[in-house]
Amino acid sequence: MTFGFRPTGDGGVTVELDSDEVAVLRSMANLVLELVEPPAPKDEFAELVGIGSSDQKSDDPVLARLFPDAYGDDSEAASDFRRYTEDDLRQGKRANAETILGALPEANGGRVTLGSRDAHAWMKALNDVRLALGTRLGVTEENYDALARGDDSGSAALHLYDWLGGLQESLVQALFQTGAPEQGSE
Amino acid sequence: MSTAPVELERPDIEEDVRPELPWVTIVWNDPVNLMSYVTYVFQTVFGYSKDKAHKLMLDVHHKGRAVVSSGSREEMERDVTVLHEYGLWATLQQDK
Repeated sequence: MTFGFRPTGDGGVTVELDSDEVAVLRSMANLVLELVEPPAPKDEFAELVGIGSSDQKSDDPVLARLFPDAYGDDSEAASDFRRYTEDDLRQGKRANAETILGALPEANGGRVTLGSRDAHAWMKALNDVRLALGTRLGVTEENYDALARGDDSGSAALHLYDWLGGLQESLVQALFQTGAPEQGSE
Repeated sequence: MSTAPVELERPDIEEDVRPELPWVTIVWNDPVNLMSYVTYVFQTVFGYSKDKAHKLMLDVHHKGRAVVSSGSREEMERDVTVLHEYGLWATLQQDK
C-alpha cells in the first residue's frame, strides 16, 4: 500500500488514514487552534480601518516563527505591518486547522478525499504544525541526525514530526500531479 | 471687473529626483519547510515555472536567502503576506 495522499484525477486528493493517524491529526490541528488564538475583539474604530491589536513579534519562538516580522531591518514598519495583517493571518491559520478537523473521519479511520481548496488548506495547516513542532524540538539542518538518534523523550515527538513531514510531502507531490496550483487565493 | 493677480504659491519642497528604489521580497532558509513545498509555493504564488521555482528554492537552501520578487512596496507587502500564509519566512526591504 502506498503511504500518503494520491491525486483523485479530478483536481482533488485522497488518503487512507488509520485510527491512530486520525487521532494524531486531530490532536495536531487542535494544537494549532490552541497556539493561534482568535484575534481579540476590536473596537468600532479599529474594525473600520482594519487595525488589529498585536504589534510586536511574540517572545514565544513558535509564535514568532508562525508570525514573523515582515521587515527585518525596520521595527517600526514591522509593527505597523503586523497591526494591519496579523489578525487575518491568525484567522487563516485557524481556518486551515479547522478544515482538517472537519474532514477527519469520526473514530476508526477511513478514507479522506479533499477537493483542491481543502487540499491546500491541509497542506498549509500541516506545514504550520511542522513549524510549531520543529521549532519546539529545536530542529536545525545540522542537528537533525543527532536529534533523530537520541532516545530521550524528544524522539517520540521527532518520530511524529517525521511522519507529518512524509504526509505533507505526499500531499505536495499529489498536488504537483494534479497540475493545478492553487488559484484565486486572494 | 478686475481681479487682483493671484499670487501663486510656490511649493518649497525640494523635488526628490531619485528614481524610486524598487522593493524586494526575500525568503530566508529554514530547517523545517520541505524543499518540494517551497518550490510548490513559489510556483503557486508567483506563477513561476517549475524550473525557476526549483532554482529559487535551491538558492534559499544553499545561500540562506533569495530575492523571490521585486516591485513596489505595496506589491511586496502583498507577496510577504501571502508567503506568511504558507508559513515561509519572508521579509521585504528596499533594494539597495
